[in-house]
Amino acid sequence: MLRLEKRPSPSAFWQKASPFLAVILTMIAGGIMFWILGKNPVEAIRTIFWDPLFNAQFASYSRPQLLVKAAPLILIAIGLSLGFRAGVWNIGAEGQYIMGAIFGAAAGLAVYPVESRLIFPAMLMAGALGGWLWAMIPAVLKTVFRTNEILVSLLLVYVAQNILAMMALGALRNPDGGGFPGSRNLSQIPAMANPEMVAGTGMHWGVVAAFMAVIAGHVLLQRHLLGFQIKLAGQAPRAARFAGVSPARLVIFCLGVSGLLAGLAGVFEVTGPAGQISIDFASGYGFTAIIVAFLGRLNPVGILFAGLLMALTYIGGELAQFMLSLPSAAIQAFQGMLLFFLLATDILTNYRIRLSQREAA
Amino acid sequence: MTELLRVEGLTKAYPGVVANSDVSFAISEGEVHALLGENGAGKSTLVKMIYGLVRPDSGSMTLRGQPYQPAKPAEARRAGVAMVFQHFSLFEALNVAENVALGMENPPPMRELASRIRAVSEEYGLPLDPARMVGDLSAGERQRVEIIRCLLQDPKLLIMDEPTSVLTPQEVDILFKTLRQISGEGTAILYISHKLEEIRALCDEATILRRGKVVATCIPREQTAREMAELMVGTVLTPPARSGRAKGAVALEVQGLSVASPIPFGTALKEVSFAVRKGEVLGIAGVAGNGQDELLLALSGELKSAPGAVRIDGAEMGNKGPNDRRRAGLVAAPEKRLGHAAAPDMSLVENALLSGVVRRGLAHRGFIDWAAAEAFAREIVQTFDVRTPGVHVAARALSGGNLQKFVVGRELSQSPSVIVINQPTWGVDAAAAAAIRQAILDRAAAGAAVVVISQDLDELLEIADDFAALNGGRLSPTRPVEGLTVDEIGLMMGGTHGMEVAHHGH
Repeated sequence: MLRLEKRPSPSAFWQKASPFLAVILTMIAGGIMFWILGKNPVEAIRTIFWDPLFNAQFASYSRPQLLVKAAPLILIAIGLSLGFRAGVWNIGAEGQYIMGAIFGAAAGLAVYPVESRLIFPAMLMAGALGGWLWAMIPAVLKTVFRTNEILVSLLLVYVAQNILAMMALGALRNPDGGGFPGSRNLSQIPAMANPEMVAGTGMHWGVVAAFMAVIAGHVLLQRHLLGFQIKLAGQAPRAARFAGVSPARLVIFCLGVSGLLAGLAGVFEVTGPAGQISIDFASGYGFTAIIVAFLGRLNPVGILFAGLLMALTYIGGELAQFMLSLPSAAIQAFQGMLLFFLLATDILTNYRIRLSQREAA
Repeated sequence: MTELLRVEGLTKAYPGVVANSDVSFAISEGEVHALLGENGAGKSTLVKMIYGLVRPDSGSMTLRGQPYQPAKPAEARRAGVAMVFQHFSLFEALNVAENVALGMENPPPMRELASRIRAVSEEYGLPLDPARMVGDLSAGERQRVEIIRCLLQDPKLLIMDEPTSVLTPQEVDILFKTLRQISGEGTAILYISHKLEEIRALCDEATILRRGKVVATCIPREQTAREMAELMVGTVLTPPARSGRAKGAVALEVQGLSVASPIPFGTALKEVSFAVRKGEVLGIAGVAGNGQDELLLALSGELKSAPGAVRIDGAEMGNKGPNDRRRAGLVAAPEKRLGHAAAPDMSLVENALLSGVVRRGLAHRGFIDWAAAEAFAREIVQTFDVRTPGVHVAARALSGGNLQKFVVGRELSQSPSVIVINQPTWGVDAAAAAAIRQAILDRAAAGAAVVVISQDLDELLEIADDFAALNGGRLSPTRPVEGLTVDEIGLMMGGTHGMEVAHHGH
């Protein structure tokens, strides 16, 4: 019989190895799923993981997409990971991302057509503020009225989506757009644009910010007392109070930082790859970042790689839909498997599996 | 007397430790037999084998001449073996009769059961109303529920695991009368304890265990407590040395402290007042659940109160958090080691940082000095003889006693001026307990004001200068330890908690 036996100390090996095992298991289970769908599993896996980077025909288009898609995921996931470590469950990063984009775009469009170098930084600050404010709603409700931040932050996503539609059709609609919904194209206004820095790489300011967030997150968790308190609060809440950690302040901090980073990701997206506030601006980065955060073991460096991997499955998934006419639901199921196997293999960190005879009752 | 249970060569090994090795003894009908030993001596494993919870690796048992091999507690109960555990398994939201019914194989209709409970409780001098909610009962009354649950099965052997740890001295007297009556009717009692005076008062014979082996069998009445203690521990015990201390100014003053409990089914503190001077040890006794945890939280700063309710060196601290109080010189060690005093999955280095960061200066401008934290952890491990493979292992990998030494050592190594400790030697072997008590007394001699909250009266009488007791969230007036009688202590702890009993006519 299989038996789980708790390890005396968490295994350092499995802490690092379990994400790799999860990826391999996902490939196997996903391959079986693709096979059941009547596709060649090897070809499908290759299309998802290999072709976007190395296929002579597509790589020139899809390789830059890797950083473009990974940057918002990483930026948001870094913020979320702090909260998840502390036991603060912000599920509404998607809403904070949308509000960041709206605030940022609105700040820039408010002064249109003024040209100034200060406009882009001001838009970033406005976007960060928008995301932060949106996250403060669940934070304040939780600390004052003890509401559940999971529900409040999640439901605020739907509110944000409606505000987005309202903005695209109303206040932020392009006056010169002939009545079509959507704002002016910010990526074509020099003072507001977040362009690709080096052609063909996908590198833009959001990518820079994501890398900076990885470094800052790493330093915070490894070297700073606040990072220690975050970990402590998540692992042993009573011990955290004994250590003098104020749970309310931690909730405000964690939701605040994750809202701020999600808001920033929103501005980078709306001024760069997306270009404008439109009804379909929200693309699910805020939700996918939750998977990225866990795939990266809530560790900043891990999140960097997880974000790149997740971006790859997005791009490869699109490619597979296009090339092999796989249904998009199959790609989503594939991504879901990744999270499932990740959580499942996670158990190896704290437990070892023993084959044993059943002890007589 | 005819022999009831014979245990022959029982051995049980767990990975890394032999809990019982070749244990043999016998109990006669109507005998009160003590199983004596330190924490970790193997008493629990032994009774779990008798009760069918654990299967022995080798050895045999016979009950009334028949081979006895219970595979599960239900079989043991059918054979006439009942057990009252140290930790009760009762549902607080159900009443007494419902709780009793839940433990029975075929419970009779509720009304009949209630009348049987009433009859048994009167017969044995354990008054208990079957309709009362268990959540409203005191610890002593809850124990009665467990005992009556056993008595209803008409057992031949009753196992009692440390039954007096939740009782006041007066309640202990009542329990003993009941146990004598039960044994007088021919039921054997296997009584587990490490309290020697109790065993001398109650038991006919004692089997002493040390490190899983039977080291002696004796008749407790013919031995002194000291002789039994030395058999149990295996060495000659030296009581901690108390040097004459000069008592200084008041370092910790608590005045009219009233706070609601943050713990479900907890006890609110009501108008608690006391003062501790430099160099003085105040011992606070009380039956578990009478506000000890809440008092520790209110003193450590995890639970805030009115500003003037807690003063450290005269400064108002009631509304300040734990780190402000640490800065003012107060350190605290909570009872619960894993999850409160220490984070289970964090290393000893991280756990040293946890409460040591303020007074040991382990962080500069918020950035952690990991080298200093590691040095601090090593210092604790060395000074307090913490047995661990290293300072980078997780706290949960340490045994309870070693983790306790680490936690107490961490707090005492911060040159504190006020020390608050809840259950300093809980679950610690005698040698380590003596070392911890000595370290506490040394800090007091160096001028610290010390508050020790403990359920171990012997411990308090050994190290405290002054004595007070918590009862229902209220603190008794403080009295000097010298000249206190056990009776007076019992009354301070709440007497029988209003459960005067009819042991008339027996």
